[in-house]
Amino acid sequence: MWQQFIVQGVFSYLATIGFGICSNVPRRALHVCGLTGLTGWLVYWSLLQLEIGKMLPNLAGAFALALLSWVIARRHKIPVIIVNIPGLVPLVPGGVAYRAVRAFALGNYPLGIRFTVQVLMIAGAIAVGFMLAQLVTSPGQLRRQK
Amino acid sequence: MNEKRQAQLLTTCLMAGRIMIESGSEMYRVEDTMRRIAQNAGVMDSHIFTTPTGLFMSLPTYDAVQIQQVTSRAINLEKVDRVNALSRQFADHQITLTVLSQRLAVLDHDVPYFPLWLQVIAAAVVSCTIMIMFGGHWIDFLPSAVVGAAGYTVFYLVREQLSVSFLSEFLAAFTIGLLAWIFISLHFGRSLDMIIIGAVMPLVPGVAITNAVRDMLAGHLLTGIVRGIEALFSVSAIGIGIALVFRFFA
Repeated sequence: MWQQFIVQGVFSYLATIGFGICSNVPRRALHVCGLTGLTGWLVYWSLLQLEIGKMLPNLAGAFALALLSWVIARRHKIPVIIVNIPGLVPLVPGGVAYRAVRAFALGNYPLGIRFTVQVLMIAGAIAVGFMLAQLVTSPGQLRRQK
Repeated sequence: MNEKRQAQLLTTCLMAGRIMIESGSEMYRVEDTMRRIAQNAGVMDSHIFTTPTGLFMSLPTYDAVQIQQVTSRAINLEKVDRVNALSRQFADHQITLTVLSQRLAVLDHDVPYFPLWLQVIAAAVVSCTIMIMFGGHWIDFLPSAVVGAAGYTVFYLVREQLSVSFLSEFLAAFTIGLLAWIFISLHFGRSLDMIIIGAVMPLVPGVAITNAVRDMLAGHLLTGIVRGIEALFSVSAIGIGIALVFRFFA
């Protein structure tokens, strides 16, 4: 269990940095991106082990990630998306979205619809996690955005 | 404020906004940055309308409006960071409006990228680590790294050479499917599905889908729809590329 925990942590850190390089994150921000990715994924993964479905872990992971990104962005004076976009990569439903399209293309419509709904639910859960974090960090900003 | 300066202010704000939208920034940050530049130049009530395909800005007190079109959209966070830094410098009166405008024009064309070899290695790392994180087997570790790197290389080269949208995703996915199938046939891996899932991870627009939902929840309905449709098209290109391989080989 602990061994797995460490592997998951190290790999999510590496995956986030890898995606950061592909999306041209400023060099000085790469390390902190990795840390946010690690935090978000470990929260998600730990909750997933409790077998409470996929939505709550996604929501909690996104919430933790958003909070940490906000703190980091404040401290380093960089836009918060620079930290949280690469950090999101392990959580976002890219793999599921691909499975959905593949199922449709191969004619397996029920499976395709199941995966599509899953994509929307996961994306929604992550978005709500971010909104909750926004409520904590800057209650006024949420209203101003609209 | 004379007419020339108004025009310059509008052009500068729109350029900042366009660069940020092209680089995948959130809409509220785009509007916020443009409004701040205008405020720091002395115009308090600017009206801004942004969509992912074009943006408008007007200075109602001066009877001036300008439009700019946005033709390409990608994620390039270095540009977002630099526009943000320039806007901060302008707010602190470190640079003038003319200098800001010049620096934005330079930034638009000339921003450092990571070298291709590093991006390919990064794509390989993303592929194999995420494959393991999603519950893959260690046997598939190396194959998915190699397939992911090849897929990203194809994606990058096609995108540089041709301007046909979504073709780069399609060809990259086809390469990934084919290579993964070859690896499995040669017994260099166990699960075709896991290798492919890992290898497409650097390409799939998971972040774009999530951001589209976030835009919608923040009230930017138009942005959410446009970005969501774009993500849907690119994930379809990937899915169809892989499905083609499944049809004919696996």
